[in-house]
Amino acid sequence: MAELSSAPVIGVLALQGDVREHLIALAAADAVARPVRRPEELAEVDGLVIPGGESTTISKLAVLFGLMEPLRARVRAGMPVYGTCAGMIMLADKILDPRSGQETLGGIDMIVRRNAFGRQNESFEAAVDVKGVEGDAVEGVFIRAPWVESVGAETEVLAEHDGHIVAVRQGNALATSFHPELTGDHRVHGLFVDMVRGNRTAESL
Amino acid sequence: MSSTFSNPAQSTDTPATGTARVKRGMAEQLKGGVIMDVVTPEQAKIAEDAGAVAVMALERVPADIRKDGGVARMSDPDMIEGIIDAVSIPVMAKSRIGHFVEAQVLQSLGVDYIDESEVLTPADEVNHSDKWAFTTPFVCGATNLGEALRRIAEGAAMIRSKGEAGTGNVVEAVRHLRQIKNEIARLRGYDNNELYAAAKELRAPYEIVKEVAELGKLPVVLFSAGGVATPADAALMRQLGAEGVFVGSGIFKSGDPAKRAAAIVKATTFYDDPKIIADASRNLGEAMVGINCDTLPEAERYANRGW
Repeated sequence: MAELSSAPVIGVLALQGDVREHLIALAAADAVARPVRRPEELAEVDGLVIPGGESTTISKLAVLFGLMEPLRARVRAGMPVYGTCAGMIMLADKILDPRSGQETLGGIDMIVRRNAFGRQNESFEAAVDVKGVEGDAVEGVFIRAPWVESVGAETEVLAEHDGHIVAVRQGNALATSFHPELTGDHRVHGLFVDMVRGNRTAESL
Repeated sequence: MSSTFSNPAQSTDTPATGTARVKRGMAEQLKGGVIMDVVTPEQAKIAEDAGAVAVMALERVPADIRKDGGVARMSDPDMIEGIIDAVSIPVMAKSRIGHFVEAQVLQSLGVDYIDESEVLTPADEVNHSDKWAFTTPFVCGATNLGEALRRIAEGAAMIRSKGEAGTGNVVEAVRHLRQIKNEIARLRGYDNNELYAAAKELRAPYEIVKEVAELGKLPVVLFSAGGVATPADAALMRQLGAEGVFVGSGIFKSGDPAKRAAAIVKATTFYDDPKIIADASRNLGEAMVGINCDTLPEAERYANRGW
């Protein structure tokens, strides 16, 4: 892992999904961003983004290539993680309607409903006020998006849309139903990079 | 990342559906994945279990369309709905080129993406459908950059190569991807004065040509389609610059579809790791037999459909 004075190294889980957009957003938020597909690559990062994609595909590939257990171990040990859309589903302790055999990493005490906002025809953009993000509302791009049905006592709700929870944080784990990586507004990624910096400082004490 | 050619409905004050960002963003979520042709709910489940990111619902795979001949049309709505109900991954379906009513029907069924496809018999010899008129996003085929940019101008939110579907022969898809990549690389070297002439030559709107020259890539996701039959084929297309892979007849016309489907998914993710591709290629049983594209009569070449 990188020296404290240098930029944090943040991986993007690159099994499937919009990896490129997250790498660009992280770099714009002053992190060193790199794709992660193997356990040895995971070991070298200070934090990890789980991108949007198909949650069933990402989950299957993570099991198949021996990443699921190392990922769970790192998340349990407090590595900062940020999941968007499919990534939010991966970070949920429980999925309301999982496909057979669909596993999650867990890390956030919440129950998530997949495709809760509907199919592609119902996908939408809307302004979202996110706690911890200064200034104007974030442009929320919701694509076949999940929402959070319920959260545990330790989980902080950061944003809602239309009465549904769409952004949460528990400790070092952050999740959004929407895709800031598609907007060119890097403030949510900036929030996550700050979480990674804070964690590095805390670990070095 | 806003595009010159995007929908007017970009305001975020009230929820906006069918925006360019939502349509193109959907394809971004499919990147690195495999989209599989399926003709029954059972096949759709096999595809989902194998790790497909989406399925293409159709009545006959291209290999059978070739064999049967006749006019190929949009699939039966009952059949498409059966597949929508069977899986949770996105479902795509094909309309004929220029048959905007078939596209309206597919949108009303709630499919997640419409493929305006040369695999079906074209309904209009001059015009493709106006894809801006739909909430449902479209994917269209292209053999070269000009064709890709004309489709994007018409509202396509995703582009795929137009490799000869149903042949099990990847040669045409390779040609299209190389062509598109080379033409983009050439644009990168042009100065502003030259871009106007380039747009004329490409027969595409100047604004999109300029955007591609600046980005160094298409403003939408680019997949490979046509002729992929093996894990190595899929990895080849990705190494050539495809951001993901459509597999048509190659899976369910092979000896062991479930195994081959999973193997192609693995090779698409680890496209740059020959060891993993080798492992994925072991003991897959028989691949589809395939057709030599050289022996295909001009009239049977799907890539010539559309313009």
